[in-house]
Amino acid sequence: MQLFVVAATLLLLTVIGYYMGRSRALAAVGGRAPQLHSLPSYHGMHVALWCAIPGFLLFILWLVVGQRVIEALVVAGLPPAAASLPPNELGLLLNDVRNLAAGLADRTSAEPMKLAAADRMAELRLTGDILAAVVAVATAIAGLILARRLIAPQFRARNRVERIIGVILIIGSTISILTTIGIVLSLLFESLRFFAQVPIHEFLFGLQWSPQTALREDQVGSSGAFGAVPLFAGTLLVTLIAMLVAVPIGLMSAVYMADYATPRVRALAKPALEVLAGIPTVVYGFFAALTVAPFFRGLGESIGLDVASESALAAGIVMGIMIVPFVSSLSDDVMNAVPQTLRDGSYALGATKSETIRQVVIPAALPGIVGAVLLAVSRAIGETMIVVMAAGLTANLTANPLEAVSTVTVQIATLLVGDQEFDSAKTLAAFALGLVLFFVTLTLNVVALRIVRKYREKYD
Amino acid sequence: MTEIAVSLPTVRRPDLSEARLRRRYAAEKRFRLYGASAICLAVLMLGILLITIVGKGYSAILQTEIALDVVIDPAEAGIDPEGTRDRAVLANADYAKLIKSALYARFPDVTSRQEKRVLNDLVSSGATYELRDAVLENPALIGTTQRLWLTASDDIDMLSKGYTPRDVPETERRVSDKQIAWFDALADDGMVRKAFNTTFFTAGDSREPEQAGVLGAVVGTVLTMLVTLSMTLPLGIATAIYLEEFAPKNKWTDFIEVNINNLAAVPSIVFGLLGLAVFLGFFGLPRSAPLVGGMVLALIVLPTIIIAGRAAIKAVPPSIREAALGVGASPLQVVSHHVLPLAMPGILTGTIIGMAHALGETAPLLMIGMVAFIVDIPHGITDAATVLPVQVYIWADSPERAFVERTSAVIIVLLVVLMAMNAVAILLRRRFERRW
Repeated sequence: MQLFVVAATLLLLTVIGYYMGRSRALAAVGGRAPQLHSLPSYHGMHVALWCAIPGFLLFILWLVVGQRVIEALVVAGLPPAAASLPPNELGLLLNDVRNLAAGLADRTSAEPMKLAAADRMAELRLTGDILAAVVAVATAIAGLILARRLIAPQFRARNRVERIIGVILIIGSTISILTTIGIVLSLLFESLRFFAQVPIHEFLFGLQWSPQTALREDQVGSSGAFGAVPLFAGTLLVTLIAMLVAVPIGLMSAVYMADYATPRVRALAKPALEVLAGIPTVVYGFFAALTVAPFFRGLGESIGLDVASESALAAGIVMGIMIVPFVSSLSDDVMNAVPQTLRDGSYALGATKSETIRQVVIPAALPGIVGAVLLAVSRAIGETMIVVMAAGLTANLTANPLEAVSTVTVQIATLLVGDQEFDSAKTLAAFALGLVLFFVTLTLNVVALRIVRKYREKYD
Repeated sequence: MTEIAVSLPTVRRPDLSEARLRRRYAAEKRFRLYGASAICLAVLMLGILLITIVGKGYSAILQTEIALDVVIDPAEAGIDPEGTRDRAVLANADYAKLIKSALYARFPDVTSRQEKRVLNDLVSSGATYELRDAVLENPALIGTTQRLWLTASDDIDMLSKGYTPRDVPETERRVSDKQIAWFDALADDGMVRKAFNTTFFTAGDSREPEQAGVLGAVVGTVLTMLVTLSMTLPLGIATAIYLEEFAPKNKWTDFIEVNINNLAAVPSIVFGLLGLAVFLGFFGLPRSAPLVGGMVLALIVLPTIIIAGRAAIKAVPPSIREAALGVGASPLQVVSHHVLPLAMPGILTGTIIGMAHALGETAPLLMIGMVAFIVDIPHGITDAATVLPVQVYIWADSPERAFVERTSAVIIVLLVVLMAMNAVAILLRRRFERRW
């Protein structure tokens, strides 16, 4: 609420700044706009930017670091016995204090030391918020006054505004780089912490995955084995099944759509495939778990096969259906890029349509198709919801598609959903898996994009 | 002479026989059939998926209700002993007891404690609040006997909708033979009806299927999408303009481009890990909040919007830019006065498609805790909330049969919204797309 008030105030100041700047500029030349170097609106914009940028920056800075500053102050104010606790116990204590300060915990049963700290935190929070708001608004006003004094007929407002906006555009375009850096760093740091507890070769080559770490020394059945090979194998199995479904169907429908379908069929089939691409994956997961898996189970029972109710087969097939439109639209693109002259040459030699497609178009488009399939594989590997809902949680090392397997994404999701301590090997394992996932998909992508691009250039 | 004939390479004559031609045509026909069946298979799968979901979910629009003659006896329930008619006092009475008494009165032959408990399970535990609200709304009801339509429990709801098989042994279904007998007796008296399920559209989540609704998830979705849109649209447009109009061609801009293309293909769950480690872990933002969910989704759809935006900006012909520059506009004026307005329909189309993508995203939101069980309807972007796809996931995990119906119903809501968004995008493209 208070956040909203401050933001609204800053915004209002900005608007006021704009109109003040504009009228002031006009007044400076007695209303004869042509005598100004820049249009009055640029003078207005200049004042508005001077007003908005410092104010909002300060305000956002406080939102980002405020809580940390307050907590550091609270810790500094704790009695020495509490302040010298080890970091994780201090974290627990701070959490209690935070809940108390936010009014989420029962005050009557809390220790007086925590209560005092909570009161201090609430007090600091309040003064800090007010102080930040006042400073932000004051800076905005100062910027406004300063920029307003700069206004003169020969003041180059337009050049300045354009330079500022140019800088803003550049900053905006670096967000995507920052995202990548953020992903890499966060995955890397957490994974390094994980590898400090579990050796990296054990993680990459171990054959046993059971992330339940023992809470007590003598606990049975929670050895905490972090060998990810069963997960990699499960992921590959599900991906393989998905590709066995998606590649033939996707490729053949692309061929049919491009070369055989009448415009009416195309007008119906193309949107249908697009709808298939637009359905959220959680819906596919629900469909797989509720309809497809029981169907295969029933089918297996009727011919005397034991199919697990969370079989890799059901998850893989549904994932394949999800990827069909992906394969078909990408291979449609690459096959369209094959020049018509090649086809015409083939027809002129008396080849039928199917012979042309099989012996001319597909070989010519093969690198592109391979690229498309690689992109589809990377997507299948990274797909989460279908396998979370339809594949199993226990990591089996098996090649039998009728058994339950678990995948990398399933483990990431299950390890991190629900309450978690941020330091246990169990939680950190998810980041190590994420790192593997990120690098595998990234490599597949880079390779696939390179193949596709190289191939496109060949016929341009 | 014969020597020459021998040295000649044997000429391969094409086999022009009828048989081979027939084989080739047959192969042609087969190939064509493969193509047609591939498309048919894909469309069939789509059909099966939609029919299954709609078939399972449509019945959630109705909810079974049971009529009971409730004696609103102030003495029995302890309603307002001092007669103040104050709302707080009125609300604080034992309405559950009245409903139980009404049930016992309707079936007087039920005597044992165990049987009574089974009988009580006919109506939802939420019926107590329905009775309370009725009394709060009209205190004059106190002391009278009213025929009230109360929400049936989820098991009875399933029975009345025909999802519970009656011919299997009692132990294999969730309703007992007695409950079926009571239900049939009520139905014969016309005391059972199916009414529009307002709860589903006006309530938050609940552990009881008959009291669970999607409003909390809908509000959470709207808040999350607002955060996503307000972050991703300005950033996406700024990046697209910079890369397309101002950026010098050098290593750095190449790097940004490659980076954007790669980000578009990073699995969404990795973005969830980023959100968990950076937004929650490093910046200490609240868990389960639409603010964080929206930020993560914004990063996910940003590449989509940038790519669409660049395509739209690129489609504006250079002649427009040159004309504007020629009459003295500055580069920024060219962009803001001419290029951007002309590219806007394309950018908006890309944005809607990106937002539709974000709307269906589930996995990254699980990572940042939007999967928590939240009954309250969120009021702001820092309140704990959930979104529609995550609601699907939560309910799909619940064992009750009635949740299958409700899950399918949420999916229908979700798909309708998605299709509406895509339809708007297509309309926008048709209406404003310009061929230069």
